[in-house]
Amino acid sequence: MTKEKREILIFLIFTLAVLITPLFLRGSYYLNVLVFIGINTMLAIALNLLLGYAGQISLGHAAFFGLGAYISGILTTRFSFDPWLAMIISALMSGGLAFIIGFPILKLKGHYLAMATLGFGIIMFIIFNETVALTGGPSGLSGIPNIHINSLVFDNDLNNYYLIWVITLMVMLLSINLSQSRIGRALRAIHDSEVAARVMGVNARVLKVQIFAVSALISAVAGSLYAHTMTFISPASFGFNFSIELVTMVIIGGLGSIYGSFLGAAILTVLPEFLRVLQDFDIVVYGLMLILMTMFMPGGLISGLRLIGEAIGSRIKRKSVSNA
Amino acid sequence: MLKIKNINTYYGQVHALKNVSLHLLEGEIVTLIGANGAGKTTLLNSLSGIVPSKSGEIIFAGVPISSLAPSRIVKLGISQVPEGRQVFKPLSVEDNLELGAYLHYRTAAGRAEVKKTGDMVYALFPILWERRKQLAGTLSGGEQQMLSIGRALMAKPKLLLLDEPSMGLAPMITQEIFKVIESLSQEKKTTVLLVEQNARAALKMANRGYVLETGKMILEGAAAELLENNDVQRAYLGKDKKEIWER
Repeated sequence: MTKEKREILIFLIFTLAVLITPLFLRGSYYLNVLVFIGINTMLAIALNLLLGYAGQISLGHAAFFGLGAYISGILTTRFSFDPWLAMIISALMSGGLAFIIGFPILKLKGHYLAMATLGFGIIMFIIFNETVALTGGPSGLSGIPNIHINSLVFDNDLNNYYLIWVITLMVMLLSINLSQSRIGRALRAIHDSEVAARVMGVNARVLKVQIFAVSALISAVAGSLYAHTMTFISPASFGFNFSIELVTMVIIGGLGSIYGSFLGAAILTVLPEFLRVLQDFDIVVYGLMLILMTMFMPGGLISGLRLIGEAIGSRIKRKSVSNA
Repeated sequence: MLKIKNINTYYGQVHALKNVSLHLLEGEIVTLIGANGAGKTTLLNSLSGIVPSKSGEIIFAGVPISSLAPSRIVKLGISQVPEGRQVFKPLSVEDNLELGAYLHYRTAAGRAEVKKTGDMVYALFPILWERRKQLAGTLSGGEQQMLSIGRALMAKPKLLLLDEPSMGLAPMITQEIFKVIESLSQEKKTTVLLVEQNARAALKMANRGYVLETGKMILEGAAAELLENNDVQRAYLGKDKKEIWER
């Protein structure tokens, strides 16, 4: 019970922080960065459900992000769908596709699963590039309309900030609930020992496919939001490199931690701004970060923070004891 | 309550179980003994659906189960304590037990029932109550074995499959665990199929026993008879060991 209460409290504090942050910011640059952090947080959480909880790797998650963006973009520009409706359709289609390919793909384990998802990502990347009539090919798809609620159009940074973050918070809440539920427990059990989970009556095959589909669905929502806030998309944003970046976010932030995903997404969104001086060598920094993290903080930044917090807490306790 | 008729199980090309048959009556403790690689674990895995058999029949409480998914088999009332314990190490003891009741946890009524079953398991293994907040990976081997058995009991099985519960445990702990298994069968009327390397202890507790050798069932009988059987004594109970050494 206390654990649940603490969970609720943390979430409320986080929500409050998200809601008031724009009050302290001047200029659209920072808001813009925060919008990207929100989108990447959604993606990192989606991947974390699969990688951190169920223990199934995906090196092709950028494809679901892209699929969400392109389906939404194509439906609104070429068939003048309402953006909300386009978002729902893109999410359902991506989730549905994940469900269908999940059955054969998730039978694989370890490196083979990594290869299969990588292959899927590359196939989708080629489709985005080559179906020029639909996607606009390498030169991209432009003129995607902004999302609107009646006369409120989400076309400036402040509006977009609240749009993206309200949905990100909803995704966080959903994921926290899921991870604390019977399903979350079953996912962690599959992660640890699939055979033992199965003899406990957990239908591991179906559950893995279901979480894969949920993960794809969330990624597609993020993709759709990305398309409607940027109003322009091109295949370059949805390639193999971005899939790897997503995995890096999840691992740096902390496997199996929702707030860790936020931290990882925030760092990997902000870092490139500082690494511009290094030009193409920024990838070296990512590699180094991954190595250092796995060596010294295998639980990710979130567990590192927790350790530091505990150390400070016990020091304060000791001091107050020695004072008394 | 359980009847296995002529099942054959393969790992790829390897023929692991050859026309194996076995039956269990309600409330019995039956033990299955045999050397490493004889197919004991495979037999349990075929029963629970983890490694389905290619041919033959498995009938549990009147229902053919040889082609069912593991989750359906658990629902029918067969729980397996897997070899080498396999507790979920990063989960707490409590969470491990609740996972054992995965299929009962769906409804509110089920959850209330789960709590009752949980109390029963804690009464059976008081040490688990003390350790309930601890991560399962930090438990000792014996405690992990208790947790593994407790977790299987959470599904409220009619038939409990135990795969080498004495593996890697001190003789004292093994005795303690065997006592619990005996009381389960006497008080809770749970039917038990016990796979063991520790043939003597297993046969002493069991009503009947089977001997499996390289995928074939070679002997079947009352446990007391098997204990007296010359071949069993020589192969599994260490009789004449000294003479063989000196020869």
